[in-house]
Amino acid sequence: MDFNVNDLRSIITVLTFLMFVGIVWWAFSSHRKAVYDEAARLPLDDDSPFVSEGTGHPSHPDK
Amino acid sequence: MQSQATYNYKVVRQFAVMTVIWGIVGMLVGVIIASQLVWPQLNIIEYLGYGRLRPLHTNAVIFAFGGCALFATSYYSVQRTCHTPLFLPGLAAFTFWGWQLVILLAALSFPLGFTTGKEYAELEWPIDILITVVWVSYAIVFFGTLAIRKVSHIYVSNWFFASFIIAIAVLHLVNSAEIPVFAAGILTPKSYSAYAGVQDAMVQWWYGHNAVGFFLTAAFLGMMYYFVPKQAGRPIYSYRLSVVHFWALIFTYMWAGPHHLHYTALPDWAQSVGMVFSLILLAPSWGGMINGIMTLSGAWHKLRDDPILKFMITSLSFYGMSTFEGPMMSVKSVNALSHYTDWTVGHVHSGALGWVGMISIGSIYYLLPRLFGKGEMYSTRLINVHFWIATLGTVLYIAALWISGVMQGLMWRATNPDGTLTYTFVEAVKASYPFWTIRVVGGVLYLVGMLLMAYNMFKTIAGGKAVDAPVLAPAAAH
Repeated sequence: MDFNVNDLRSIITVLTFLMFVGIVWWAFSSHRKAVYDEAARLPLDDDSPFVSEGTGHPSHPDK
Repeated sequence: MQSQATYNYKVVRQFAVMTVIWGIVGMLVGVIIASQLVWPQLNIIEYLGYGRLRPLHTNAVIFAFGGCALFATSYYSVQRTCHTPLFLPGLAAFTFWGWQLVILLAALSFPLGFTTGKEYAELEWPIDILITVVWVSYAIVFFGTLAIRKVSHIYVSNWFFASFIIAIAVLHLVNSAEIPVFAAGILTPKSYSAYAGVQDAMVQWWYGHNAVGFFLTAAFLGMMYYFVPKQAGRPIYSYRLSVVHFWALIFTYMWAGPHHLHYTALPDWAQSVGMVFSLILLAPSWGGMINGIMTLSGAWHKLRDDPILKFMITSLSFYGMSTFEGPMMSVKSVNALSHYTDWTVGHVHSGALGWVGMISIGSIYYLLPRLFGKGEMYSTRLINVHFWIATLGTVLYIAALWISGVMQGLMWRATNPDGTLTYTFVEAVKASYPFWTIRVVGGVLYLVGMLLMAYNMFKTIAGGKAVDAPVLAPAAAH
């Protein structure tokens, strides 16, 4: 049996598909939940105190 | 307090303001060429004829308006989610001036007639080299900032921006491989592609579709994953869905390009591969759309009186609509009707005006007051007016071109019982005029919205001053 470049291409296609299935399994595994819950808060927990022009008094625009 | 480190907002401010300016320029050129289709006598001199202005329009709205919006939002969100100022601020400043120079050279070279003829890659080789230098600098600044981050996790918006920066570098280098012309011993700005025939076509549409996939989709999804949660004040609906969304897009987008070459000299199997991957793309696209829209789940009332959120959620609706339409149009039998007609142009604009335009406009409205030390934009009412004008303009535009596109497709394929064509080509052109006129009206409305935005922006800037927010310690520290 000759092994040619098309067999290699087929193998890579199957391997990348399995890799994707693995990523889905990993993303939905229960031990990732805490990490993701914290990660999802990343953009929300970064509000700067609002510095308005002139006064220099910090206030909070989002509150 | 005075000596505390601040985020680098200067480069964000520059890109944010230029987003609005280039948006107006690019959309104005769009209105001009749409008018030239209805009133051909508007093609007054060769420098400003339809053929030379059309690439100027596409490059201005994609790379000048969209590009500046992406630089601004990626530089802003990468600093804030990494809790560190930008890496190498001098290089970041260079990306701003370098990118403006690229845009300026495009605005000069297209009217003068310099073009490679490759769609969305028309710029000639000296400008291609400049783009490469700016893009590598962008990558160094962005990845450098990720490297010096103060939190352990890299937030999902940064993953999308990172994939966009890498993919655009690869696409640009491969598709812009070209051989400059020596004429009479002098190196000219003219070049020819390094590829020939159907390989050239396939490389071009591998590039072209992934410019859509990574520039106009992945990057703006990065924008969505940061600014929608910020504006809604809620975390993204499902973080694990965003991870799957990211990898599904990465694994599939690269293979969809051949659907631009259905029924051409491209081998049939390659066309089928393109079609199948385009159909698969529906799943991650809708996963992303649902993730964005459902972020508002339980807080739908916020949509009622927040026009910025209206822009963002409507953009996601248009994203869902055009990513349903796209896979459908990639089916060969549908493509046999739609290809080369206005339907394609309408489809692109439902993505461009609806998705890319509105998510950018919403995000820039979010940014401007924060960059200029104000609590909110000068006029929230004007944002609301902008929203409704832009939505009406988009709907008019795409509905008109759906009708003219399907009509053209049907007229071109109609045959008499004896096998001759029922209509001449020019009869289909004549029948298209009413819809092209509606298209001009839709485009003018969208442009008017951008002018309102510029007024609102300058009033906001006039009442404030440039501020750089202090760098915050990560929340995880407590």
